[in-house]
Amino acid sequence: MSVVLEVQRLTKGFTMHHLNSHLAAFSDVSFDLHAGEFLLLKGHNGAGKSTLLRTLYRSYLAQSGQALFHSQYGVIDLLRAADVDLALLRRSEIGFVTQFLVARPRVSAEALVAEPLRRAGRDAASAREEARHWLNAFGVKQSLWRAYPTTFSGGEQQKVNLARALILPQKLLLLDEPTASLDAGARAALVARLAELKSNGTAMIGVFHHPDDVAHLIDRVIDLTP
Amino acid sequence: MTITLDAPRLVKTKALLSIRNVSKSYGSVAAVRDVSATAYPGEVLGIVGESGSGKSTLLRMMNLEEIPDCGDYTLDLPEVSGNLFELDRFERRMLCAKRIGIVYQNPHLGLLMDHTSSGNVAERLLVAGERRFGELRARAQEALAASEFPLDRLDDPPRDLSGGMQQRVQLAKAIALEPALLLLDEPTTGLDVSVQALVLDTLKRLQQERQITMVLVSHDLGVIRTLADRVMVMRRGQVVEAGLVDQIFQDPQHPYTQQLVHAKL
Amino acid sequence: MSLSSLTKPWQPMSYGFLDASAKREIRRKMLKAVAVPGCQMPYASREVPMARGWGTGGLQVSLTLINPKTCVKVIDQGADDSVNAASIRRFLADVSGAPTTLDTLQADLIQSRHRIPEEKLAAHQTLVLQVPNPEPLRSVQPNMSIARQMHADADYGRMWLQLYEQIVRSGRVMQGASYPAMVNGRHVMTPSPIPRWDVPKLHMAQHLTILSAGREKRIFAVPPFTRVEPLVFDDVPYKVEDHGDLTCNRSGARGFFMNEIPLPDGSSTHEISDSDYGVKTIRARDGETVEMGATWYNNGQMEDAQ
Repeated sequence: MSVVLEVQRLTKGFTMHHLNSHLAAFSDVSFDLHAGEFLLLKGHNGAGKSTLLRTLYRSYLAQSGQALFHSQYGVIDLLRAADVDLALLRRSEIGFVTQFLVARPRVSAEALVAEPLRRAGRDAASAREEARHWLNAFGVKQSLWRAYPTTFSGGEQQKVNLARALILPQKLLLLDEPTASLDAGARAALVARLAELKSNGTAMIGVFHHPDDVAHLIDRVIDLTP
Repeated sequence: MTITLDAPRLVKTKALLSIRNVSKSYGSVAAVRDVSATAYPGEVLGIVGESGSGKSTLLRMMNLEEIPDCGDYTLDLPEVSGNLFELDRFERRMLCAKRIGIVYQNPHLGLLMDHTSSGNVAERLLVAGERRFGELRARAQEALAASEFPLDRLDDPPRDLSGGMQQRVQLAKAIALEPALLLLDEPTTGLDVSVQALVLDTLKRLQQERQITMVLVSHDLGVIRTLADRVMVMRRGQVVEAGLVDQIFQDPQHPYTQQLVHAKL
Repeated sequence: MSLSSLTKPWQPMSYGFLDASAKREIRRKMLKAVAVPGCQMPYASREVPMARGWGTGGLQVSLTLINPKTCVKVIDQGADDSVNAASIRRFLADVSGAPTTLDTLQADLIQSRHRIPEEKLAAHQTLVLQVPNPEPLRSVQPNMSIARQMHADADYGRMWLQLYEQIVRSGRVMQGASYPAMVNGRHVMTPSPIPRWDVPKLHMAQHLTILSAGREKRIFAVPPFTRVEPLVFDDVPYKVEDHGDLTCNRSGARGFFMNEIPLPDGSSTHEISDSDYGVKTIRARDGETVEMGATWYNNGQMEDAQ
């Protein structure tokens, strides 16, 4: 299988100017990831599992190292790619699934889920059709599809969030505890969708509180405990 | 120790807006010092900073209302080339009328308060040369409808409207000609929270439907977070930090940005 | 050789009242105005023995153009016999020795307030219009420095907006007299407070029109065969006053611009505004042989421009 991501000596810490202190998260992490591979990040709380995901997604800026991503446009270092390049990759090749939905006022659940498709150039009608399919798959009640998720319960919000994050097949998917606060049905739907994406070649890096849910998908484990 | 970013390699399209090394002083006060900025087609560039940080001056430069002491400015549009700060008054006016829309925080700057709302929108079309009354009226209505302005108040003068409505008229005027660049100077500051959300929602929808490149100036981090793709943080006339919006909010690097983000309610 | 042979005999004033340098300045400004049709040229505007606002701008132009052979006609609101018209006419004759006339066809120089005669003017004739407010942008831009920049940039969006607003609010363009017009496709001018009826007469006319504002110190011009187009939307046609069907109750002339005369019973009747044309019509009716010139309007309809 082809290489998707080569991470070399990745180091990240936080400088907190108001405390005049530096907090190291992890250092010198190296690994390769191939298409269709599922990598589980392990380590105790505060070992930097989520930080690593966010550093690769560039919500955090790394201190040193390299993360060479093999995109359809060529190889690019995610740590140093220009902001616009990264925005482009986020639209088309790199997905990030968090525990939290970023809902916007006055945007319906189905519009929110359809948004990644719309940004990728899909027409409004078919994007909405597919959004409804996934809302249904994750068990969001039909009566809620056109409602505003800002007022949903945590569990319902998370379902909308997953539908949105997983609607568009990506080359690289970063999963930050997606199963937290999910009921059994939604969890099963999530695992099924992940398996489907994986078999279609999506490479994944995940952080799970209860890795048992996805045990059969895991190819490799990296322990970040120093 | 932080990594320096490369120049864009994947994105091949040229930046729509590119402003390089501009500085402007008023007497001994340096309002803007050696600032550069780019905005790519369809992108929303946010500029945050406190009052007096130079963010509004920079926006006025983008609208060619203000000419800096040095630096240059290009827009990737077929009808213009070279440094736009060197255009004469007439060319500047035509470019602004046809391709650049602006929404000011203070509606008095952008609107004729005693004219009709539809007339305020029509004026832009008139400057661009439209001479059919029916067409003016139809297009003014269309732009006002797109900004979710109630059409039964079409011909009310802005002075009779609420703040949120006035901003909608400004927005309709700004988008009436499908501008290539939309400049927003604190578009929701001073509005009630519910009205603020409505205006933001309208902006977001317009951005998604029409792919208008926007530059948004605000001291309200929530507004920036909702709308912007990339952010520049300004302080005392300089850019202290720039990056993707989530990075600036989650992993701010500069002491000032950290202070700003931590101060957010 | 004696002193008297080297000097001119004493005269109480210069020929044509204005001194040579004043006339020279006005001539130069008129030439500039003709060169840039519709563009306002500033001039010094001297004192004349008449109060500002009573036609001093027109008078200065007439005094500059006049010579002993110039046949002069002066009208005020279409009438030759109003006090103001008569005074100016007599003054012009006194200071220049020029002959005067009431007949539009005989005149070489016509100074007018608020009207253009109904008979067509010919290439050898000059029309001088008195202008109270030369700046068409004044109502939209009170700052004259900015207004001049707007003229320079042909920035007339606000003028158009004013028309838009009038149609929206009143259902029609309310502008009556001084209807703004685009001259030669470049400068918007106010054609002095002539009625809408008269504006089309300036379009591609054979004669030269000089417009002069004495108080505001501006001269502008419409040279012969120059486009003068009232500002109108493509889909809202220009309308002149509804006088086409009115008949003059004294002369029986019909289809010209009329003055409305109120009657004691509350109704009203009409009289032709161009008094000389009315007089001619009456004479012709009474069997006299009079030369009636071709008119711009026939049966109340403006004929198409050349």
